[in-house]
Amino acid sequence: MSIGAVMAGAPPETINVQGRSQWHLTWRRLRQDKVAMASLVVILIMVVLALAAPLFVAIVHHPPNVAYPNTGEDVAGNPVGPGTNGFWLGTDGTGRDLFIRILYGARISLFVGFVTTVLGAIAGVTVGLVAGYFGGVVDTILARFIDAVLAFPYIVLALSLAVVVGPSLTVIIAVIAFFSWAAIARIVRGQTLSIKEKEYIEAARSLGAGPFRIMFLDILPNLLAPVLVIATLYIPTAVVFEATLSYLGLGIQPPVASWGNILADAQNFYQQAWWYVVFPAAALLITTLAFNLLGDGIRDAMDPRTERVFAAGQGRRRRAGRNKTGGALDAPNVVPFVPPPGGN
Amino acid sequence: MNAAGDDVLVRVENLVKYFPVRAGGLIRQTVGQVQAVDDVTLSIPRGKTLGLVGETGCGKSTLARCVAGLIPVTSGRVTFDGQDITNVPRRAMRPVRREIQMIFQDPYSSLNPRRRVGSIIGEPFAIHKIASGTERRRRVQELMERVGLNPEHYNRFPAEFSGGQRQRIGVARALALQPKLIICDEPVSALDVSIQAQVLNMLADLQRDYGLTYLFIAHDLDVVRHVSDSVAVMYLGRICELGPKEPVYGSSRHPYTTALLSAAPAADPDGAASRQRIILAGDVPSPIDPPSGCRFHPRCPKAQPLCSDTEPQLEVKAGDATTHVTACHFPVMAGEDLAAAGRSELS
Repeated sequence: MSIGAVMAGAPPETINVQGRSQWHLTWRRLRQDKVAMASLVVILIMVVLALAAPLFVAIVHHPPNVAYPNTGEDVAGNPVGPGTNGFWLGTDGTGRDLFIRILYGARISLFVGFVTTVLGAIAGVTVGLVAGYFGGVVDTILARFIDAVLAFPYIVLALSLAVVVGPSLTVIIAVIAFFSWAAIARIVRGQTLSIKEKEYIEAARSLGAGPFRIMFLDILPNLLAPVLVIATLYIPTAVVFEATLSYLGLGIQPPVASWGNILADAQNFYQQAWWYVVFPAAALLITTLAFNLLGDGIRDAMDPRTERVFAAGQGRRRRAGRNKTGGALDAPNVVPFVPPPGGN
Repeated sequence: MNAAGDDVLVRVENLVKYFPVRAGGLIRQTVGQVQAVDDVTLSIPRGKTLGLVGETGCGKSTLARCVAGLIPVTSGRVTFDGQDITNVPRRAMRPVRREIQMIFQDPYSSLNPRRRVGSIIGEPFAIHKIASGTERRRRVQELMERVGLNPEHYNRFPAEFSGGQRQRIGVARALALQPKLIICDEPVSALDVSIQAQVLNMLADLQRDYGLTYLFIAHDLDVVRHVSDSVAVMYLGRICELGPKEPVYGSSRHPYTTALLSAAPAADPDGAASRQRIILAGDVPSPIDPPSGCRFHPRCPKAQPLCSDTEPQLEVKAGDATTHVTACHFPVMAGEDLAAAGRSELS
C-alpha cells in the first residue's frame, strides 16, 4: 500500500464572513486524502462491528464464551474451518465461534485504546501545560518526573503489577495510561514554553486572566492539533500493548475474549487451523494500521507544509506486521514511547 | 520630579527593574543583572499623553510592563489614580487591571490565532464577568464599529485581517473595559505609514471621546511628536530628558536627545541640508555593565571627566520651563553645533 502516492492537497481557501476554523480546513484537506479516508472507514467499520457484536450473536446463535464440542470441533478435537457448521470464521481450540470472539476482542481492544489514550492525553496535556506555563521549580520537578516515566521499563512494571494486583481490565488501563501521558506531556510542555512568550498571552494577563484560564483557553487551543495527532497514533500503540499483555497471560483473562489471548491460544493450533491465527492477527494488524495511517493523514492535513515521514510510517508498519506472526513478544518495539517525528 | 498639575493619573517613582543573568548547568548562579530600568521617575497627567522614546533595548517596554503590573519591579513605586499598585498580588490587582490596558506592538502575535475576533474582543467581558451571551456580542460589535471594523466580521479569525485591521482589533480589546490608562507599546511601528496615520488618528479620537490617558512608546520620533503632550527620552534604562514636547523637540538640552533628533529623517528633504547630523561613535553599551557616571558619556561629544565620575540628576536647566528636566552636566546650549564638537572629538 503506497501512501506516498497520495499527497494532501490544499484546496484554495475561500473567505466568507463566517471564518473557517482550522478544523474546517483540516477536514477539507483530510477528505482529499484517500488513504486516510479509507483508514477512517476501516476504523468506523471496526467500531460498528464491535458495538454490534451482540447483534451477530443473535444472528449466528453462538455466544462468545460457549463451546460447541459437537459442531465446533472435528473428530480429532481440532477447530473446524471457516464456513463449517455455521461458524463464519471457524472455531477456536475449544470449539467456540472465532468470529464472535474476535468481535468481542475488538470491544476490549478499542475500549482500552480509546480510554487509555483519552486518560493519557488529559493527564499529559495538564502536566505539560502546568510545567511549561509555571516554569521554575514546578517545571524542574515535573520535567524530571516525565523523564523518569519515559525511562522506566514499563513492561516490567506492567508484568509485576499484573502479578501482584492480579490481572484485570482496570490494571491494564491504568498501566497503559500511566505510560502514555509522559510523551504527550513532554511535547505539550515544549510547545507551551514557546507559546507563553507570545504577546497574546501577555495581552490575556494584562486583561486580568488567571493562569488556568490562560493555560486552557489561550494556550491549549494552539496545542490541540499536535495532541490530536499524537493521540491518534497512541490508540494503536495502546491496542498492541493490551494485546501484548493478554498474550502473555497478564491482561484480559480467559474466558473473556481479547485479541491477545486468542492469539496466545492459537499458537498451539497453527499447524491444524490457520484461520485461528490469521483472523485475530489480521484484525489487530488492520486496526493498528488504519489508526497509524489516519494519524499520518491528520498530521498532513493539520499542517500541509510537512511532508510524509516515510521512515516513521514504515517502522510502525513493520512492527505491526511482526505481530501477525506472534511477534508481540518483541515488546520493546511494540510500544514506541518516542513521539513520532514531525508529530507537531 | 512630580509634574505640575495636581491631577496625576500615573506616578512612577524611582522605579528599578533588574533581570538576573543566570549561568551554569545544574546549579544556576546569578552572574549579573541586566539593568533594564534604573531609577526612573515620571508622571502622567490625566487625559494626557506621555511619549516615551529611545533606541531598541533601552528599557521602554520593560518600563511599560512594570507600570502595567505585568512583571514585578525590583524597587521603586508605581501609583495609579492615588493607589499604590507596586507588586500587588494578582487578585488584588484585578480591579486595577480594568483601568490599565495595553496595545501591543506586533498585531500578528498579539492576537490568539485560534480564537475568533468576537471571542478576542469579548475576552475582557468574560474575564471580569461583565457581559455574556447576546449582550456580550452586542457590546463587542459596538466596539468593532467604534474602531472601524465591520461588525459582521465577528466570527472571523485574526489571520483573515490585515495588519492595520488587526491592530484595530487590539485597540477594541483594550477599550472594552473602558480603562483610564492605555499603554501603547509601539502600536504602529509594525504598520505601513499610511495605516500608521489612520491608527494614530483613531487613538487621538478615542482619547478625546473617552478622556483616555496614554503612555505612548515608540522609537519613531515623528510619531511621538504627533501624539504626545510631553516626552521622555530614555537611554540605557534611564531617563535623560523629560518635558513638554515643544521644548524637548525644539530646544533639546541633552546631547543624546539632540543626536536622536538630528538622526531622524526630515519630512522636508530640501530643508534637510541645513541640518547637521550628529554621528554618535560606538554602540549602546551593555545594560549588564553600564558605564559609570552618566551612562551616555562614552558616546557623548561633550563628555568631560566629571561625566564618568558623577551621575547627573534630572534637573531644570537654566532658561528652561520648570516642567522640562535634563540629566546632563553640560546641557546643549541654544545654537550650539554638536556635530562640530563630535567631529573635533573624533579627529
